Amino acid sequence: MDFELSKEHQLLQRAVREFAEAEIAPLSAQIEEKKEIPRNLIEKMAEFGLFGVPFAREYGGAGAGEMGYCLMMEEIGKVSSSVAALLGAHIGIGSMAIYLDGTEEQKRKYLVPLARGEKIAAFALTESGAGSDAASIQLSAVRDGNHYVLNGSKIWITNGPIADVIGLFAVTDKALGARGGVTAFIVEKGFSGFSIGTIDEKMGIQGSSTGELVFEDCRVPVDNVLGQFGAGFITAMKALDIGRMGLGAASLGGAEAALQKSLEYAKYREQFGRPIAHKQAIQFMIADMATEIEALRSLVYRTAWMADTGQEFRRLADICKLFGSEVASRAADRAVQIHGGMGYMRDYFVERMYRDARIGEIFEGTNEIQRIVIATDLFRELGVRIRP
Amino acid sequence: MNIVVCVKQVPDTASKINVKEGIVDTEGLESVINPYDEYAIEEALLIKERLGEGKVTVITVGPERAKDALKSGLALGADEAIHLIDEAFKGSDPYATALLLAKALEKINYDIIFCGKQGVDEDHAQVGIALAELLDLPHVSVIVKLDISEDGKRAIAHREVEGGKEVIETSLPAVFTAQKGLNEPRYPSLRGIMAVKKKTIAEWGAQELGVSPQEVGREAAKIKMVEAMTPPGREAGKVFQGEEPGEMARKVAHLLQDEAKIL
Repeated sequence: MDFELSKEHQLLQRAVREFAEAEIAPLSAQIEEKKEIPRNLIEKMAEFGLFGVPFAREYGGAGAGEMGYCLMMEEIGKVSSSVAALLGAHIGIGSMAIYLDGTEEQKRKYLVPLARGEKIAAFALTESGAGSDAASIQLSAVRDGNHYVLNGSKIWITNGPIADVIGLFAVTDKALGARGGVTAFIVEKGFSGFSIGTIDEKMGIQGSSTGELVFEDCRVPVDNVLGQFGAGFITAMKALDIGRMGLGAASLGGAEAALQKSLEYAKYREQFGRPIAHKQAIQFMIADMATEIEALRSLVYRTAWMADTGQEFRRLADICKLFGSEVASRAADRAVQIHGGMGYMRDYFVERMYRDARIGEIFEGTNEIQRIVIATDLFRELGVRIRP
Repeated sequence: MNIVVCVKQVPDTASKINVKEGIVDTEGLESVINPYDEYAIEEALLIKERLGEGKVTVITVGPERAKDALKSGLALGADEAIHLIDEAFKGSDPYATALLLAKALEKINYDIIFCGKQGVDEDHAQVGIALAELLDLPHVSVIVKLDISEDGKRAIAHREVEGGKEVIETSLPAVFTAQKGLNEPRYPSLRGIMAVKKKTIAEWGAQELGVSPQEVGREAAKIKMVEAMTPPGREAGKVFQGEEPGEMARKVAHLLQDEAKIL
């Protein structure tokens, strides 16, 4: 057992931390207020290399693997959940689908500019009638010569309104459903018949752009089929494994920030003649936060190590998402409580954190679905097949 | 254009320094590349980028952990790194450090040599200047701006002095020591960081440099640190309250005049 990060990963961690503190943190309140991540920040992030952390160097990435990806998401999660959501959707699922299952040509054409941050990616699976029940998607793709013609819409797509390249999942054979009837496509924002629908107003992560994607006779070249025809659901699940691990890492960062803010506040805030740090009620909340954070950190790093060493990590990725999002929510909740009235005040850091943390329990598969998937997997090992 | 940047690993300025038995206890100290060396590296990279050709080499004298400072330089974009490392080098004073760097530089090609103006740990501010002397090169210290001529043979350096600015022209090769304000050091790119493991760091000891162990290290030091001590802790401030304002003001004025001796 060796818990030491490699020298390169230590340098990466420090560099991302410094970048996040110097470039992102000062803008994080403004990002929420204006509901937009400034273009010049995105450009700085691209130049620094944030958009391609896990991808191989030959495709414009940093070659830092999933460990590098998780370390990065942790640091970004400390300063801005909106920026973490942008990067998670871009790297963890959008670009990842192309990285995992794209042809060499597709990687050259799409992944390279995505990894360099010259273009933004999104991942479009959810529909109005297909959330947790993702296999029920309706958006259809019908072959017409050298194209597929797409009709339908996707909702609540993170990065959707700002994406240049979208990993999209459509039904190519209704009878087969998720087993052979769903195909993944790479859609460019300029394709005819594609448009942005409603742009969503959200409880938190307001700087992250979320919206509806509308396809009306949208023509996609057959060359843009991603992965095997009919195997789109497998591509989606593989990308989501990485996405969920990254979500766990960003949650880790969020929880660490909540603890840090709470420690600082408890040290200075005086009641009954002494800082509230001396109150056992505060100490218990602080200790519980720290305990859960340490458990989460070990889990996330180990999952990343499993992924980087080619081991099966799907169940651990689900656990990262489930546990991570709940640790972050509990930490944010405790942070608000420790801050008292101050913690409830609009635009104070912990108030925002409390709203931001909530989405972690919902997106990339609700925590209820994660629990079902984890339990189903455990029972499968015993030969019991759980039915939905 | 061959540009060499001499760097030093120093304790992170944010870390708490402990003194144990008269010497600084480096155990558990977070180490970073000397901040002034970051300006030096940035200037070297800017010159290389402006010319569209050239090589930037980072070099350091230090123990094994000092490799991290070289790696930081490589991550920023330096092409090569040389680590001067030997048991015999331990405890070298600024003169011996300059001597080791000079011996190493005699073995490689250089047009420009950069150093940070001083290490933020011991603040000697001697190595760069001593190095220029040992190599018989011109030097300009504490520079805030540098222009290299088209032909790469001359340089004009600006340095801030009390109440004004000096503009100095020199032939190259020359040694320059970098001051804050020379440029805005870049972040290492994440691609740059991950490329570090593909770059090799040359290690040169006493034998490779042709120095005898008697010339360098603790025994040969021309200056010796007699003792290190932490500054005395600050006393808590005095607070006056609940008295008549005029009386309290008198007490404060008295303290400022007689104890703090400010007035």
